[in-house]
Amino acid sequence: MSLPTLWFILIAILFVGYLFLEGFDYGVGMLLPFVGHTDQERRAILATIGPVWDANEVWLITAGGALFAAFPNWYATLFSGFYLGLALLLGGLIVRGVGLEFRSKDAHPRWRHMWDVLIVVGSAIPPVVWGLAMGNLLHGVPINAQMNYVGTFFTLLNPYALVGAVAAVLLFVLHGALYLSLKAPEELRSRAQKAAYTVGIWATVFYFGFVVLSYFYSNFVHTLGVDPGPIPILAGLSMIAIRFLLPGKHYGWAFAATGLTVTLSTASVFLALFPRVMISTLNPHWSLTIYNASSNPYSLKVMTIVAISVLPIVLAYQAWTYWVFRRRIHLEDTFHY
Amino acid sequence: MSQVGLARLQFGVTTIYHFLFVPITIGMAFMLAILETLYWRNPTDRGRQTINFFGRLFLINFAVGVVTGILQEFQFGMNWSNYSRFVGDVFGAPLAVEALAAFFLESTFLGIWIFGWDRVSPRIHALSMWLVAIGTSLSAFWILTANAFMQEPVGYKIVHGHAEMTNFFALLGNPQLWVEFPHTELAALATGAFVVIGVSAYFLARNRHVEWFRLPFQLGLIVASITSVLVILVGHDQAQHLIVAQPMKMAASEALWHTSALHASWSVVSFFNPATHHTWWSLSIPYLLSILAYNRLSGRVLGISALQHLYVHRYGPGNYVPPVFVTFWAFRFMILIGFLMAILAVWGLILVHKGRVLERPRYLRLMVWATGLPILGNIMGWVMTEVGRQPWIVFGLQKTVDGVSPTVPIGDIWITLIGFALLYGVVALIEVRLLLKFIRLGPGAAEPVPPPTTEFLSVGESL
Repeated sequence: MSLPTLWFILIAILFVGYLFLEGFDYGVGMLLPFVGHTDQERRAILATIGPVWDANEVWLITAGGALFAAFPNWYATLFSGFYLGLALLLGGLIVRGVGLEFRSKDAHPRWRHMWDVLIVVGSAIPPVVWGLAMGNLLHGVPINAQMNYVGTFFTLLNPYALVGAVAAVLLFVLHGALYLSLKAPEELRSRAQKAAYTVGIWATVFYFGFVVLSYFYSNFVHTLGVDPGPIPILAGLSMIAIRFLLPGKHYGWAFAATGLTVTLSTASVFLALFPRVMISTLNPHWSLTIYNASSNPYSLKVMTIVAISVLPIVLAYQAWTYWVFRRRIHLEDTFHY
Repeated sequence: MSQVGLARLQFGVTTIYHFLFVPITIGMAFMLAILETLYWRNPTDRGRQTINFFGRLFLINFAVGVVTGILQEFQFGMNWSNYSRFVGDVFGAPLAVEALAAFFLESTFLGIWIFGWDRVSPRIHALSMWLVAIGTSLSAFWILTANAFMQEPVGYKIVHGHAEMTNFFALLGNPQLWVEFPHTELAALATGAFVVIGVSAYFLARNRHVEWFRLPFQLGLIVASITSVLVILVGHDQAQHLIVAQPMKMAASEALWHTSALHASWSVVSFFNPATHHTWWSLSIPYLLSILAYNRLSGRVLGISALQHLYVHRYGPGNYVPPVFVTFWAFRFMILIGFLMAILAVWGLILVHKGRVLERPRYLRLMVWATGLPILGNIMGWVMTEVGRQPWIVFGLQKTVDGVSPTVPIGDIWITLIGFALLYGVVALIEVRLLLKFIRLGPGAAEPVPPPTTEFLSVGESL
């Protein structure tokens, strides 16, 4: 396997890690006032993600850093091209991050209400932005011969990408609802499960809506064919499986299934792009590929050695924290958040 | 304002803001790790309350540092895409390693530390704060590895108009890194110590919770004395390296228009017109610049005009003089602050040694205000090093004007600049209010009372 291909796969893995883990954090954040009605209930809900959300977010930062190191041109084109979208994402992450820490620091109901709203909004923005980004990455964007994005912000707000944004929001709400049904206090389980049922239907509709639109608005079909192969098919199947797991009350399995859907869908997007990383709608020759966007072999080799030696340790201690905090949260606990 | 001007303003505003919080995080993490190690050896209720008290302040500060740090990671791509393309091959690697080796460590073990009091053993708990502290310092190391390359490019070659890494170990052994990192790290440790000293002094001066704050106060003074003296010594090394590596920055920070005499004097203050290169008045100490530059009484230091001439010859036509006014005064204030810090810390340590510090309320009150010194000093140092590097974004390789994103509309930069400035402003106000509130509450304060539940029922239903 060539080094650029290896790094393309590693970037995909980092984005999968980010979307899987922060996916349920975002879902929990969006559901906060709907599943938690009293203040104590909301603190319990935040406690389900409290010990892990920050480390989950580091997956995004690492993905960003790895993109910069391994594919500088991809990093440069993507972030300067999706400029306002990315600024929105960062604004959302800032508001959400300080919200989680600041919410409990004052007992005034208006203060906590304000942060509840901001946590919901800040948790909804990232899925919106990443949904939009996925749609636009698959569809292609106007990129000139110098690899610079030449569209406007409104170019990115096309109907296809907007369907992707809605699908991403709903999928993460579902993912978060299922996480809550496993981790939230017993008293809140039924609310989380009800949310999973209600949102689950719409998540399925928009998810497959986006898949169908992909056959018209992207060249998905040219790269992957009418039979797209096992990964996208399994992604769809696990989405369908959730419809059967929920009535059977297999919430653990349903959570695994949304996780699998997030994982395989992200993998499918990367597969559909490969070996391109950003498609130019102006001229196919102006597209960025893993070859014209990547760093030199020496740099990639150094990064590979670092990644191979550090990533397993990171995975080990991160897994250990999930083990340390495996216990279900109880309403009568004292909460930091 | 031009596109590059706006992009620079945005980078300056967001980076300076971020850098207000980061040194506090680094320094306080170490203070907390020491405090918790002492608590682990001798667990008392008071010790636990002290850790909780400083821990709360640490976390409020940490949250702002983290969220503003995410923006830093992406800002290069947003506003500086040509720079990212030019240098990503070299510059991206330390950033990626920073995330992988440092951010994961600090965020994961901070989670353990906050939520794990009853989940892990006291030893693992104390160890977690040590890992957080190590993570924050590793992060400083890697980001400064990247920055050192911008100051003094090493381990690369230029291929097809962009920099390619040829030697990773050259990046790690960059001489600039080994003066810049110790200086910044020591300053950060001093910052954390001064925060702990300042907060403790607030209580000691009022004779409140004396038993709680005696230990952190003394510990802070020990750390502050050692680090603030060392920071000056390392700063001296850094200045000597600057003479060799970036003489123009040194000349600008001295407002040295013309090459100095053989026995170069150092101006304590100087009033000048940067446009005409005319100095109206200055107060100089003879020989000092030669001593600072070369550790001996004689030695010329190259002036701005000579260097400008040299750079035109080397890099082609252009203006290679950084903003002298900012660089000169940032350098002066940094030095002043550094010496004040060292004097205050050592003086405090002497008072403690004589057992008289509690009888000196004026000293204690002074130390409350001294908390601001390192925070201001950090910014001054950062401004000097970054402004003094101009017009280069990567010294000698790429100019700042050539680094911006060429196709980002100027209106978009305005939107994000104003948006982030407003957001950061509001967050700063809230953060300061919260910090003051929790300082005043003191250690052992009860949790905020949960509000009445009825008001919250309506929120969920109305949303």
